[in-house]
Order: sequence, then C-alpha cells, then structure tokens
Amino acid sequence: MRNFWKLYRRNRSAVAGIIILGMVVLMAATAHLIYPDDPFRLAGASMQPPGEGGFLLGSDSLGRDVAAGIAHGAKTSLLIGLLATIVAVGFGTIMGGLAGYYGGRIDDLLMRTTEMFQTIPSFVFAILLVAIMKPSIESIVIAIAVVSWPAVARLVRGEFLSLKNREFVQACHTLGMGDAQIMLREILPNCLSPIIVIGSLMVATAILIESGLAFLGLGDPNIMSWGFQIGAGRTLLRSAWWVCTFPGVAILVTVLAINLVGEGLNDALNPRLRERQ
Amino acid sequence: MSAPLLEIRDLHICLPEGSERAHAVETVNLDLAPNEILCIVGESGSGKSLTARAVMGLLPKPHVRIVDGSIRFGDEDLADVSDARMRQIRGSEISMIFQEPMTALNPVMTIGDQIDEVFRFHESMQRKERRARALDLLDDVHLPDPAHIMRAYPHELSGGQRQRAMIAMALALDPKILIADEPTTALDVTTQAQILKLIKEMQATHNTGVLFITHDFGVVADIADRVVVMQQGKVVETGTADEVLNAPNHPYTKALIAAVPSLSPRPPRKQSAEPVLQVENLEKVFRSGGGLLGLGGGERTVKAASDVNLELRRGETLGIVGESGSGKSTVARCIVRLVDADNGKILLNGTDLRPLNRAEMRPHRSSIQMMFQDPFASLNPRSRVGKIVTQGPLLQGVAKDEAEARARELLSIVGLDKRAYDRYPHEFSGGQRQRIGIARALALNPDVLVADEPVSALDVSIQAQILRLLDEIRERMTLSMIFITHDLRVAAQVCDRLAVMRYGEIVETGPTAEIFRDPQASYTKDLLAAVPGQSWRAA
Repeated sequence: MRNFWKLYRRNRSAVAGIIILGMVVLMAATAHLIYPDDPFRLAGASMQPPGEGGFLLGSDSLGRDVAAGIAHGAKTSLLIGLLATIVAVGFGTIMGGLAGYYGGRIDDLLMRTTEMFQTIPSFVFAILLVAIMKPSIESIVIAIAVVSWPAVARLVRGEFLSLKNREFVQACHTLGMGDAQIMLREILPNCLSPIIVIGSLMVATAILIESGLAFLGLGDPNIMSWGFQIGAGRTLLRSAWWVCTFPGVAILVTVLAINLVGEGLNDALNPRLRERQ
Repeated sequence: MSAPLLEIRDLHICLPEGSERAHAVETVNLDLAPNEILCIVGESGSGKSLTARAVMGLLPKPHVRIVDGSIRFGDEDLADVSDARMRQIRGSEISMIFQEPMTALNPVMTIGDQIDEVFRFHESMQRKERRARALDLLDDVHLPDPAHIMRAYPHELSGGQRQRAMIAMALALDPKILIADEPTTALDVTTQAQILKLIKEMQATHNTGVLFITHDFGVVADIADRVVVMQQGKVVETGTADEVLNAPNHPYTKALIAAVPSLSPRPPRKQSAEPVLQVENLEKVFRSGGGLLGLGGGERTVKAASDVNLELRRGETLGIVGESGSGKSTVARCIVRLVDADNGKILLNGTDLRPLNRAEMRPHRSSIQMMFQDPFASLNPRSRVGKIVTQGPLLQGVAKDEAEARARELLSIVGLDKRAYDRYPHEFSGGQRQRIGIARALALNPDVLVADEPVSALDVSIQAQILRLLDEIRERMTLSMIFITHDLRVAAQVCDRLAVMRYGEIVETGPTAEIFRDPQASYTKDLLAAVPGQSWRAA
C-alpha cells in the first residue's frame, strides 16, 4: 500500500486531483451540518448576487441558496456517480468475464448483445430510460449503468481472453480447480488494475450524465442536484450569472479531479506505461 | 593479423537508476578483424546484446547510454558520432540481423519493398537496377523463386525464409560489419543449421566481419573463429574458438561449458515393464474460422496429432522430441486433459481419461501433473508461493495443516529457502520459479509428471541445475515422466526412451541410446545431423 502511494505521488496533478476530490467529498459529508435546512427552502430575497443578503454564492429566482444547493448537490452527484459505476462495473465484469473465459457461442452471444447497447447514443438512451421509468435516484442509477457497462465488458473480456491461456491458469486446470474458482480467484485479481482505472473514470462520466439528465428536468424532483440548479438558472444567465455558474464550476472541478485521479491510478497501476515516459 | 575493423575499448554502458547493478557493460575491450566471426557468448543479463546495440547506436536512450570508452570504426568513434552520420553508417557499413525476423520486418510491406528501401536510403540507383540487385540478393541467400518472394509479405514466409530475407537486406550494401543478435534462437534446429551455414557462406564471399551474439555453445562451436565470454557485463575470457571451447581458463567459462548437456546419451537405467500410461491412436484436429452463422469464411483445420501411440512405463522418462508445430505440446496437453482429444484412448493406470468430464476427471488429477515451460507465466503473480503449492492438495480435500506442512517440505526438497513460502513469485529468478512449479506439481504426489519444455526458457547453467533436480526427484519418488523438448542434447541426458514427432505423427520411437546411435527415420537423421556443435563434443 505504501509502495502504491509512492508510485501515485509521482504524478503531481493526480495528487492535486485527490485533494480536490477529498474536499468535494468533505463538502458532501458535511452539507447537512453547514446547511441543515432543506436546500429547496426559500431562504430569503430572490436574485441576490454573491455575498449579499446573507448568501455566500447568491440566491436564485425563488430565493433558494445557491451555496446550500451546491453542498447538497455534491452528495447527489457523488452518490449517483458511485452507485452507477458500481452497478456498471459489476455487470460489465460478469458479462465480459464470462464471454472472455468461455469464448465460442457464449462469447458471440454476449458480445453481440454488448454491441447492440453500444450502437445507441448513450445520452439519448439514458434520457429514454429515465423517461420510461419514473425519474428517481434508482432509475437514474439504472439508466447510467445501462449505458456504461459495455465499455467495462469489452475491457474485461480482453483481459480474460489473454489471461485464460496463461500457463498459471492452465496449471489450475491440471490441479482440478473449478471454473468459478479460476475466474474469481486466479484471473480476476490479475485484471483488477484496469478495472479500477476504468471505474474511476466512469464515475466522472456518470456525474456528467446525471447533471445532464437533471438539467433536462429528468432528475429526482426531491433531491437537489447540480444539473437541476443549472437548469433552473439557465433562463437567468444574463441577469443572474451566479445561479448557473457556480454549480457549473462545481461539476467542472469535480469531473476534472476525478479524471486526474483516474489518470494517476493508471500511471501507478500500469508500470509499463509509466516507464515509457 | 590485419588492422581490426572495430575496436571497442573500455566500454561502459550505464543502466537506469534503481537497477540491480550500475553498469550493464563494464570495461569491455574487444576487436573484430575483417573476415572473421567473433562470437560473444553469455547468459541472459551478461550485457552481450547491449554491447552489440551500442555499436549500432541502438541503445534505449536516455536511461541506457554509453558513459565511458570508445568504439573505433575506421577513423571514427561510434560512441560519439552524430546521429546523422550514424544513420549513414547503419545499413551501409554496419548492419544487423535480429532474433525474431517476424518483428524485425515490417508486416505491411512486401519483402521487395523493404529491400528496395535500403537501396533508396543509401544509394542513387534507377528503379530497374535496384530491382535487379534485390533479385540477385534473394538468390544469393538461396531463397526459392526470388521473383515471388519479392512480392510476398513477411507473414507469408516461414521463419527460416524470413531470416534469409533479413540477411539479404543486411548484406544489400556490402557492409564491412554484420552484427547478428541471436539470429537462430527463434528457429528450429534444422533451420538453424541452414541459417548458420548461410551466414558463414555470406561472410566468406563478402569478407564481412561478423559479430555474432549467442547463448548456445553448440552454435559457437559451429561458427566462431574467435570467442568472447561475458558475465555480468564484463568480459571474462577471450580467445580463439579452439582455446575457449577446449581449454577454457576462466572458472565461469569452465562452468558454462560443463553445463552444456552432452550429446551422448546416458547409460540406460533398469526398466520396469509395467506401463503407467498408455496413449492409443490419439487424434486431435484444430479448427478455426467459421465465425457466427458460418459467415466468417472457410474453416481451416490443422492436424496436431494423428494416430499417436505412446507407452510410459513406471519410473521411466519418455521424451517427445520434435520441432515447433510437430504437435508434441498438443499431445502433452491432451494427456493432462487441458485439450480435449478428438479420438483415441488415454489409459492412466488402466482407466481411460479421454471420455471423462471435468468432475469425473478431478479424482485422477492427483495422479498426473504438468510442469510448464515459461517460469514467468506459469505462476499467478498475485498469489503467494505457499498458496500456489497448497491449492492442489486443498482442492483434493487434504486438511489445511497437512497441505501446508507438505508444501514447506516440498519447497525444501526443490532447494528453496524456508521463507519462500510467504513470498510472491516476482521475488524469484526464472530457475527458482521453475522449482516452485515442480513443487506445485509434486504436491499431489503424482504417478506421472508431464513436463512441457521445462528448461528451454532457462540459461544453460540453471538448466543443468533443474535437470539435476528432476533426476533426483524422479529417483526419490519413483516418478514416471513425459518430457517434451526440442533440444536433443537435453533429451539425451534426461530420457530413457524417445518418441520423435513431426507434423502430428510419431515417426520413430525407441530407447534413447539406440535412436542416437542408429536412427531409422530420415527425419530423425536430419534432426540429429542439425544439432549444433557436434564435432566439438560428440564424445
């Protein structure tokens, strides 16, 4: 573990990424302490510029506190990003692993299915899914996971394909080990690094999709979200720039931080790539 | 002796920081005279390849570079010549052939275009003239139908043909020096013999100085005029081929030469007549192509084994020898049921293994175990050695304490330290990993051990140690062994009986000594004739 941190630390921007991400997580965790009230509550006069009327980052057209919205929205973004990624990575790993390990008919069947999902533009597909189901946290998580898993499946399939012919896996066969055990205990640990990297980057994409959905009004109506804030403020862009800008910056910074972390993980976990530089 | 073509003086090449040693090459001095073949011999990590690459200016800069010394070529010092000048020298005055001709040739260009490129970079000739020269060259290296080869892509040629094309390219501009970096290591033994002959012939007709890098003393004996022996980046011995091979001075050279297995088979051991494993009419055909709904085009089939019959007696070692593609590995994998054979019988202690499914096979697994070729790929990098060795017995239902105690005992039997149990595979060298592989196979107390080229990835001194260990274990545990190898020297030292395979068929079987003394099949004769270095240590 210490060794890993030593490798990770060599990438400066990745360290910056993890610090920013840490602050976002902290903000999400303490949102209910700093702003104990409902972020949808009308907190004062409407359209207050930042710093006035007791609003750190101003208020929107209904007098809601933008800063409180950002703090609570961080919770939503991170939660949805994380949940959707876990579901997508889990499902994608199973599909890809089975396809890669068994090959033949199973591979054909699973990969053609994967390709079917990949042919539909992912954001349009996500909108469609949320519109069919009711907009809620669960439906958004499901929609994001459904459009994200094919990438994981393809990656894991490739790793399994190359690992299943390695001699140590064949040695397990000669010892009489079962398929499930070979897949879970022998092959999977050897392809964790790329899965972790793709997963970390997927969190960023998931946050973007979530914001996009909320912006279009397809977010969970009871939960504050950055995308919803931008959507609510977009008509006021010229008269009250702060309503859109601060949640936008929050999205930008968070996604950037996660990408930096993902890249740092990649550098630390794939030693061969690292040495090439 | 005339003035040397190449004088390397006091050469130092540094390694990146954090490597196991500071210099890859230290205080290397050597001379290459015109019209001679100088062999640099050494085991992996001896710095022999880097020395050759330094001459070509092909070091992986900036981490690995020349820090001291000179490489005199004519009146220039290649250690600090400009990049532009180095480009002129490469190809026209010094050229190089590599170990793996498939990766050294550009896969998307025809052979003709690649040879043409050499002329275009270095000389101004008309297109027609270039083509004529290229055809001549291909003819010189004895490639059949040069006009056809000109239009061929590298993947359409065999390994030997590719290496011939590489040699033609390297000699296109009549270089003064040819550097050959293990040019025959990736080739089969019969092809190797042809390529060595070709290099010698070309060297004689072009008066080229050849710097020949190899790890194989047999090859040295066949080709070298003079020999340089390297160990850990230093030259330990230099001399004529005769001096170094027959009267080595340095202890390291002596040890290396002593480790080369002799071609004369060992005296036969007492044999039991009781068969442990019988393989009858084994057949395996590999099919590829087809694709989903049969839209992938025509199906291709390769007969990897047809009508293979083998008998392994208790306590005996049966060698299966053959060149790449002969089907020897497929037969081994069919026997341990890694590959499902199409037809035939595999009788282990009287039970036919072939029709068994995986669950039915499980109880038989402990009687037949396999040892693999690649010490780096055959151990799970994420598992501790202890787990690797114990997992077989645990799967067979042995109690945990018992399996652990047995694993520790086995690790000491194969000559590993006690602490090995809790370490990961990457902390071990190639030879040590093969020992772990042996311990894993023995953990189940098998009757039969199938060893698929267990020593071919190892340096010759390590190879000798592993072979000795296998010998000891075989006696101690009355193990019967199927030993797959392409190396007849190894086979002579290990096997009681041999089966020679070619194109999926067994062409000859018999006691090792008899096959070596009086081979019957013409292919066996060819194989034996092609073993390098016969004149040197035939006795």
